[in-house]
Amino acid sequence: MSVPAIKTEELRKVFGDQAAVKGLTLQVEQGEVFGFLGPNGAGKTTSMKMLLGLVVPTSGTASLLGAPIGDLATRARVGFLPEHFRFQDWLTAREFLLLHGQLLGMDSHDLKTRLEDLLERVGLTPFRNKLLRTFSKGMLQRVGLAQALLNRPALVFLDEPTSGLDPVGRRLVRDIIRELKEQGACVFLNSHLLSEIEVTCDRVAFISHGEVIRAIEMASLEKNLSRVTIRAAGLTSESISGLARWGQDIQANNGRLVMTIHQEQDLPEITRYLVAQNAEVYGITPNRLSLEDIFIETVGEDGGL
Amino acid sequence: MKSIWAIRPSWIVARMTFQEAIRRRIVLTGLILGVLFLIVFSMGFHFISTEVAREEARDGGGAASKIMLAEMSNFLIQAGLYAVTFLSVAMGALLSADTLAGEINSGSIQTILTKPIRRSNVVFGKWLGFAALLGLYALLMAGGTVLSVFLQAGYLPRNLLAGLSLIYLEALLIMTISLAGSSAMPALATGGMVFGLYGLAFLGGWIEQIGSVFNNPTAVQIGIITSLLIPTESLWRRAAYEIQSPLASAMGISPFAAFSVPSILMVLYAVAYLVVVFVIAVSTFQRRDI
Repeated sequence: MSVPAIKTEELRKVFGDQAAVKGLTLQVEQGEVFGFLGPNGAGKTTSMKMLLGLVVPTSGTASLLGAPIGDLATRARVGFLPEHFRFQDWLTAREFLLLHGQLLGMDSHDLKTRLEDLLERVGLTPFRNKLLRTFSKGMLQRVGLAQALLNRPALVFLDEPTSGLDPVGRRLVRDIIRELKEQGACVFLNSHLLSEIEVTCDRVAFISHGEVIRAIEMASLEKNLSRVTIRAAGLTSESISGLARWGQDIQANNGRLVMTIHQEQDLPEITRYLVAQNAEVYGITPNRLSLEDIFIETVGEDGGL
Repeated sequence: MKSIWAIRPSWIVARMTFQEAIRRRIVLTGLILGVLFLIVFSMGFHFISTEVAREEARDGGGAASKIMLAEMSNFLIQAGLYAVTFLSVAMGALLSADTLAGEINSGSIQTILTKPIRRSNVVFGKWLGFAALLGLYALLMAGGTVLSVFLQAGYLPRNLLAGLSLIYLEALLIMTISLAGSSAMPALATGGMVFGLYGLAFLGGWIEQIGSVFNNPTAVQIGIITSLLIPTESLWRRAAYEIQSPLASAMGISPFAAFSVPSILMVLYAVAYLVVVFVIAVSTFQRRDI
């Protein structure tokens, strides 16, 4: 078993008398695409900054790739795209990547071919000698992404990587995340865009007030298409309580019945049962529980404020 | 291995800082204004020196006239260098006041600080870049002033190297204080602090000068205390003392020169002061949440 990509224990940050992160304990494995979700002000960015050594934790411990946070040699294996990306705008795209590659301590020959490849990958080759000052938000996001990948990182932090990107750009980010996963890298993704997380992540953690309140394997969402809506007339309260053998959380309302079933394979039998109970069934629809539902269910409608 | 690791990142940051100043036209602006300054100074010197020469020729010329012209040249060089010192100090303060503060504010420093380099490398690299820029600026301005007088009147002040080094040290000191401020505060607060300190030193310096003329020990002590608080003005007075003509120092006639000359100890104090401020800049920046 390899060392975890990220491991934190009771990581805490207090600004003044305000605890931005209360006690973050989580573990992310190498090769995993991990989504970090939570309402605004939940402490996502502060947590990420602590892991990256930008913010000094008040207490608690954390390690990246087995080394304590702040370790210089480890930083050479980590990539980072910040949220409010503002870069050295007096540099051209190529010079910007050159500078960051040099700061990473990359070999100059390797760096020169690597940065051309990356410029090509993010679609900026025609703009390679243009000053960043003239770039649009989406172009800056792309060059920032290239910067995060220069050192072929084993661990990449992306803070809201698709904000400011058009659909083509978003597809690009998704593809790059998939490529990173194929190469065995770990991606730590901070995002509001749940649909993005849904298609890219292996596992997500919900954070509120700087604590992980729920962690979910995305694969489990696929398997448990457990919530179903039954539209039927003539349901008696006995027939409804009879459904309890196939599931739970039964809510009936005016010919609409929602319940959580144990397994999808039971659906035909449930239908037969309802027909035998003289109910007139108009439809049975599995409700795929979306990440958005879980999000709202987990943090509450008020967004955890 | 470890030392190579430490020098290379500082050097990269220094080069970046230098490049930024060029790309942002800070160097060009400084250069244009510098040349303008030198043109005005040269013209002023030309008219004054020809006037002095004509007066002296009417009075009979000879050795007295040569001494007068040399004294006049020395006086004007001091006046020119006084202005150059102020401009270099302003340049030093402006260059570094916004550097860390501005980059923390915009977030552009985040991708730098997450690289395998120490924060101390970033501060030292910036310092090196600004020190190089200031060196070039001070050399152009002070060198141009001295050269202009030399070409027109054939006069070179004594102890020129010591004088120019002290002026450079003063600009470096202000730049370092400004950099330290920038590691903790917004640019405007830093600017206010730096010019406030500079003004305090200026005032303290004059109180000491006047106090020493009137033999008032309390006034002299106030001056010394302000010099310990912020030694910029003492550096200028030492620089003026180094370059002023022997005649002027004997008679104490120059308004720029020193009646109460700061000792070499004060210069060493200023160097130590600079080092301490630099260490404060590094340690403040290291503890700072970005």
